[in-house]
Amino acid sequence: MIWESWDAFWAMGGYGLYVWGSYAVVLICIVVEILLARAGQRESVQTARELSEQETAHDATS
Amino acid sequence: MEQLRIRWFQWAAPQSFYPLAGRLWPWFAVLAAVLALAGMYLGFFVAPTDFQQGEGYRIIFAHVPASWMSMVIYLAMAFWALLGFTFNTRLSGMMTQALAPTGAMFTFLSLWTGALWGKPMWGTWWVWDARLTSELILFFLYMGYIALTSAIDDPRRADRAGGLVALVGAVNVPIIYFSVKWWNTLHQGASVSVTKGSSMAQTMLWAMLLMALAFWAYSIAMALYRVRSIILQRERHSRWVQELVA
Repeated sequence: MIWESWDAFWAMGGYGLYVWGSYAVVLICIVVEILLARAGQRESVQTARELSEQETAHDATS
Repeated sequence: MEQLRIRWFQWAAPQSFYPLAGRLWPWFAVLAAVLALAGMYLGFFVAPTDFQQGEGYRIIFAHVPASWMSMVIYLAMAFWALLGFTFNTRLSGMMTQALAPTGAMFTFLSLWTGALWGKPMWGTWWVWDARLTSELILFFLYMGYIALTSAIDDPRRADRAGGLVALVGAVNVPIIYFSVKWWNTLHQGASVSVTKGSSMAQTMLWAMLLMALAFWAYSIAMALYRVRSIILQRERHSRWVQELVA
C-alpha cells in the first residue's frame, strides 16, 4: 500500500477534487451510456413485437 | 479465396451479424471490466507519486485512454463509412451509427478530464490552443454526425450523408494527434510514442495501457450491443425479425 491512510488516499495530495471529479464523471457517463443502450434495445424489441402482433391480427381478420 | 470472400459477406448480412454480435458483446464487456479493475488497481495503489505533479497526474489513467479512443472510434467510423461507399453493404452504416455515441462520450470525457487536469497544473480550465481546439472540433463532428443521421428518416440516405461527415471529418484526427508537434501548445507532447518509446515510469505506463485496453474492449462491447438495436429497428419488417420477437 502506497497510501498512509484512506484519508490520504481520498485527499490525493490536495488534488482530490480534480482526480475524483474526473473519475466520477467517467463512471457516470459509462453507467448512463449502458442504461441508454439497454433502453434502446428494449425499445427496438418492443417496436418489432408490436408490428408482428399487428400483422398477426391483420392476417387473422383477412 | 472466393469462399473466404463469400463468408465475409455472409457475416456482413444483418441477419447473421445479429446473433454473432449477441454472442460476442458479453465477452468484451467482461474483458473491459477485468482490464479496468487491473488498470485502476495499478494506477492508484502501485504507481508511484509523480515528482512534478504529485498525485494530480493520476487523471492520466482516464484522460489519455479516453483521448485515444475519441480518435480511434472516429477513424473506425470513417473505415466503416468507406466500406459502405465501396461495397454498399447495409451493415457498414449501422456500425458507423453504433460507434458514434461511444466516440462522442469519450471525446467529452477527454475534454472534461483535461479541464480538471489543466486547472491545477496550468492554472486554467481551458485555452484555445491547437490540441484542445481540435479535440473540441472532434466533439462537434460527432454531434454533427449524430444530429444529421437522426434527422434523416430514410436509413440508407442517413448512412450516406453521415458517412460523408465521418470520412471528411477524419482529416481532423491527424491534426489532433500532431497538433502538439506542429504548433506551440500549452498541452504537453506525447509521453508514449511509437518511435521513441515511453518517458514514463513502468507501472504508470502499464496502468495507462491497461486502461486503454479496457476502453477498447468497452467500446467494442457497446458498438456490438448498439448495432443489434439498430439492426432490429431497421429490419423490423423482415421475416427473421418477426420470427425472432414472436
